[in-house]
Amino acid sequence: MEISELLQEAFSAVTLNKARSGLTILGIVIGIGSVIAMISIGQGAQGSITSSIQSIGSNLILITPGFQRTPGSQVSAGRGSAETLRQEDADAIANQVSMIQAVAPEITRRYQITALGKNTNTSVVGTVSSYPEVRNIQIDLGNFITDQNVKDGSKVAVLGPTTRDDLFGTGVDPTGKTIRINNINFQVVGVTVAKGGSGFGSQDDMIFVPISTAQRYLEGDTYVTTISVEAQDAQSMTQVQDQITSLLLERHHISDPTLADFQVLNQTDILSTASTITNTFTILLASIAGISLIVGGIGIMNMMLTTVTERTREIGLRKAIGAKKRDISTQFLIESVMLTFLGGIVGIILGWMLSMLVTYFAGITTSISWWSILLAFGVSAGIGIVFGYYPARRAASLNPIEALRYE
Amino acid sequence: MIELKGVNKVYKTGDVETWALKDISFKVNDGEFISIMGPSGSGKSTLMHIIGALDTPTSGEYLLDGKDVSKMADDELADIRNDKIGFVFQQFNLLPRITVFRNVMLPLIYAGTPKEAREESARKALISAALPENWWTHHSNQLSGGQMQRVAIARALVNNPTIILADEPTGNLDSKTGEIVLGTFQKLHEQGRTIVLITHELYVAEHAERIIHIVDGQVKSDSKSHPRRKISMKDYKD
Repeated sequence: MEISELLQEAFSAVTLNKARSGLTILGIVIGIGSVIAMISIGQGAQGSITSSIQSIGSNLILITPGFQRTPGSQVSAGRGSAETLRQEDADAIANQVSMIQAVAPEITRRYQITALGKNTNTSVVGTVSSYPEVRNIQIDLGNFITDQNVKDGSKVAVLGPTTRDDLFGTGVDPTGKTIRINNINFQVVGVTVAKGGSGFGSQDDMIFVPISTAQRYLEGDTYVTTISVEAQDAQSMTQVQDQITSLLLERHHISDPTLADFQVLNQTDILSTASTITNTFTILLASIAGISLIVGGIGIMNMMLTTVTERTREIGLRKAIGAKKRDISTQFLIESVMLTFLGGIVGIILGWMLSMLVTYFAGITTSISWWSILLAFGVSAGIGIVFGYYPARRAASLNPIEALRYE
Repeated sequence: MIELKGVNKVYKTGDVETWALKDISFKVNDGEFISIMGPSGSGKSTLMHIIGALDTPTSGEYLLDGKDVSKMADDELADIRNDKIGFVFQQFNLLPRITVFRNVMLPLIYAGTPKEAREESARKALISAALPENWWTHHSNQLSGGQMQRVAIARALVNNPTIILADEPTGNLDSKTGEIVLGTFQKLHEQGRTIVLITHELYVAEHAERIIHIVDGQVKSDSKSHPRRKISMKDYKD
């Protein structure tokens, strides 16, 4: 039997009882709709987490101090506690490691800050002029710390927008004003652009000062808490990471890499961890929605069984005039696939509208991907085949004599 | 040509054997118009199912155009029905939600005939069955009983079968429309078609040239119809 004939027959059968067909496919519509909506919410969440991780810089490698260990002893003071990274390590990385865009060492510690009778407690980051490039920070007012500031050990400070709001009030230009960090006067020279607080702590609630000033007036030594390195491109990340590791091992006179007193973190690793989490979350949501698809499929099977019983005489007649088993089973299978396929199309539209509503009312970013739509089509056709198979086989195996006599 | 040689049909229910047909043998030549007659329960329906390749005999041989149909599998039987047999049922058995024209084409759709040829054959068949052309595009449930039976006859004719097998074709019709249907068979016979008419009414059976009488699953008599009834189609113009 030709495919166009089969489709025509199936279409007229499906549209014969519109109310029943409509109610039956509702299960598929809801199932596919919720799968599409859930996947789009999951994908949207993944997208916003990824972009917030990427907002801390691109092609970023972070070097932080590792365990503090006395040679020959197994006593460890805990990861990150050690003062093992020095300004010189950062200089060595800048000079000796290839494929690097920029290097920015930093010393971070919380201090009490006062200005004009107001005060706040926030992170003070001692760093260099390349920091904005590496960590993806833009300047709103004034300038960032210059190389000259670092060379001179100038007492200048750049405020994060949140810190500016806390100390001077929202929208005020604080450049030229004075703040006191640890009872030392600093002149404000700039304000950074707000990035929105997420990822690794808010980068808006911070004060940046020259690294030399921090070492001399605030810390009193040349240890650094983090060295940020920006690689040339995504491809060179691993190579840069390896070079840094071996360089620092050599500089720190450590022969066994497992005993390294620092750790090198790659932004890609952080991203992939975050993706794993959001993927799991998406799969969880989609599989809950998938259960309603199974329920919808059972509805289709129920309707198809009823249809087969109602049309017993028709099946008998078709067999009498020469329809083979395969002709009959194909006819009913196409009918059920047509039902689920229709349900799939309506479901995709419903899911798309649902995710628009979620974006509109809940403010969660959603994104509908092509693969989720293809998946929905595939799954709905698959459900038609799986749940239509049994009714179709039952129709095909009817005895023509008994079917013709059926009242 | 059809030929039955010692056909038996036995139904088994547990240990009880019921002989629906016992040693049936006869021949129907091409172009013959015969009636198979018998009271209900005589086995004539079972015989019709075997002649129509809907069922196979328990033992014995059934040759249709020289081909032994008695041991065929389901799908082979479907091919035989599609190719060599045209059914006309008491209940008409038209599909209500499609047009008359499509109903008539249905056997050719299963035969895989191309669209053009299909439409041409359906047109010829409807003309042979004497259904006026303005009814062809109607849905079959809009037709009267007599018209429906003529659509069914057209459907039986469309694949140019070896035999037309009519099972109580007038059973659901009033006597006047019944006569029109019998007249249609008569006309087809005159055109050279082989027709097997199954009925329990002597009056209907007498329209054929030859009557085979079945009683208790056996052939009781096989003789020329005498007197043979003829219908003058001039009486029925519609």
